[in-house]
Amino acid sequence: MAAVASNSSAQLTQTPARRTGVRDMPWLNAKFVAGSIVILLTLLFGLLGPLFWNTDLAYTASSPLNLPPAWVEGGSPDHPLGTESNGRDMLAQLIVGIPASLKVGVVAASIGMAVGILLGSTAGYVGGWPDHIIRTITDSVITIPSLMVLIAIAAYVSMPDTTAMALILALFAWPGPTRLIRSQVLTLRERGYVRMALLSNVPTLEIMLVEMVPNMLPWLAASLTGGISGAILGETGLEALGLGPTRVPSLGMIINYALNSTALVRGMVWWWLPPIIALVVIFTGFFLMTIGLDEIANPRLRGYSNVK
Amino acid sequence: MAGLTRGYLIQRILMWILTIWIGVTLTFAIPRLGGSDPTTAMVLAMMNLRGYVENANQIIESYKQSFGLNDPVYIQYIRYLGHVVRFDYGFSFARFPTAAWDIVTPALPWTLGLLSVASVLSFIIGVTIGSLMGWRRTPRWLQTILPTSLTFTSIPYFMFGIFLISIIAFKLHWLPATGGYSMSVNPGWNLPFIKDVLLHAIMPLLSIVLTSMGGWALGMRGLMIGVNNEDYFLLAQAKGLSPARIFFRYGIRNAILPALTAFALGLGALVGGSTLVEWIFAYPGTGYTLYRSIQDQDYTVIQTITNLMIVITATGVLILDLLYPLVDPRITYKRSVSS
Repeated sequence: MAAVASNSSAQLTQTPARRTGVRDMPWLNAKFVAGSIVILLTLLFGLLGPLFWNTDLAYTASSPLNLPPAWVEGGSPDHPLGTESNGRDMLAQLIVGIPASLKVGVVAASIGMAVGILLGSTAGYVGGWPDHIIRTITDSVITIPSLMVLIAIAAYVSMPDTTAMALILALFAWPGPTRLIRSQVLTLRERGYVRMALLSNVPTLEIMLVEMVPNMLPWLAASLTGGISGAILGETGLEALGLGPTRVPSLGMIINYALNSTALVRGMVWWWLPPIIALVVIFTGFFLMTIGLDEIANPRLRGYSNVK
Repeated sequence: MAGLTRGYLIQRILMWILTIWIGVTLTFAIPRLGGSDPTTAMVLAMMNLRGYVENANQIIESYKQSFGLNDPVYIQYIRYLGHVVRFDYGFSFARFPTAAWDIVTPALPWTLGLLSVASVLSFIIGVTIGSLMGWRRTPRWLQTILPTSLTFTSIPYFMFGIFLISIIAFKLHWLPATGGYSMSVNPGWNLPFIKDVLLHAIMPLLSIVLTSMGGWALGMRGLMIGVNNEDYFLLAQAKGLSPARIFFRYGIRNAILPALTAFALGLGALVGGSTLVEWIFAYPGTGYTLYRSIQDQDYTVIQTITNLMIVITATGVLILDLLYPLVDPRITYKRSVSS
């Protein structure tokens, strides 16, 4: 009997210690950290690349045509990843294209986030008819097939640069954050500390920024990373269809040129595969960050073994 | 239709109209805010192509005259809404005597078929995987295998399609690479044609289903984990009900409601993504037609397809919304209180 008791008490002292270890640092979620590292590395590739490689080679007729990568028969060490049919160097295109795609995604998602915070907190906090209007419009816009509208718009408006692209993508980047923030504000509004601040006559804006936003941080971050990859998806879709800015090399443009020049049939794997790998790495990175952040925000998702 | 009250019906139909109105208004307004109109855009594109166009200004002017682009914007807008309601967009720019609508209609069955099968399939598979991942009593070996099915989740549909074409069609020659059916078969209700159509549909279907099911699975996993700790769930286990009954009737039945809402909300993204899939596979649906009309600068056809897909998506959401009371007991309950 005594042995059983001591055994269980040992377990009791052991389990909370392990659990508090997890709770103390929720941001050290494995998926979130792995995703962040992946995104950081792709960013570094784009930022440090120009120091080691001549990015002028990313433009038409700067290199010999149709060279395979250096490790394949007929390849040249001057163009380690090969060149394509318009005389662009693949490595240089990737170095220019990766940060360009990331930039569009970040700008579009940030605008969407800002609008989402504004509308979502208004709807959740003020309630009443503003809430009703915002919620109805948000629910409508969220079901519109955004890519169709974007295609129709991009077919008319020639995209001068990536900023215009980001602005147009931001048109559909706000409903997701708005919905999320509204529901979060609704639950936060009933919390004790928010009521306390209300009773203390703290200005509404201060309650939102000081009391609410810090408590929504993991949700906001998850929504942002999800939004970035959504925007990059829309961007590459438009570019792959040939509707992006044509002057700036971007990952979607490489895919567009490769498919239009029948790179698939010609077996020019080194042309269509690198931009796709780059995008898959970017999407996987943001995806890991998003589900990691979801688990940080909502401990139940960490799996039942931790919760019980 | 126990739970389908008139108020709910009217509210959903108003949402349907609002969604379509916002969608078509955005496609009308944004290009004009940017100060461009279709005729100028078309002539500019002609200039890009051929270097020089004779009497460019006259062409623009005469087009503007015949399409009524010199009228005030609000009159253009009202006329445009009229087009939307009647699905009449006039003639195709690129293939003039043909009406834009007649170019789009042959493509419609292909897209509707692909979309409906792909969306339902990916939802059912995703929900099943997710529920099993979130259920506490799923066998260990299954728990370890299931996450591998999420491998392709973060890859865009059409990029996965490029992989499939290059490997399955060009390397292994297992399946036809592009198109909706072979030249060698006669379109119609005969067995060789149906078999051929199905063979051509496998890869487009796979590229949508394999990449989109992971999203449903992840969401469903979270919902199922929540249900695991509910009292009624524990009671069902304590009563000694069969695992299958607990899993379906007590688990999925209760956890699936938010997933259905997510499905309705995700329909738009699916429609957009499948457009690109059709383009990659040269699948003869509206997405591929859209791509060709972008190449031809055929603005009336682009407009027709875009607005049509907005209407189709909104209708899909409406159908799901109307089916929702059938599965959600709480909406039924609300009705019995009010009536």
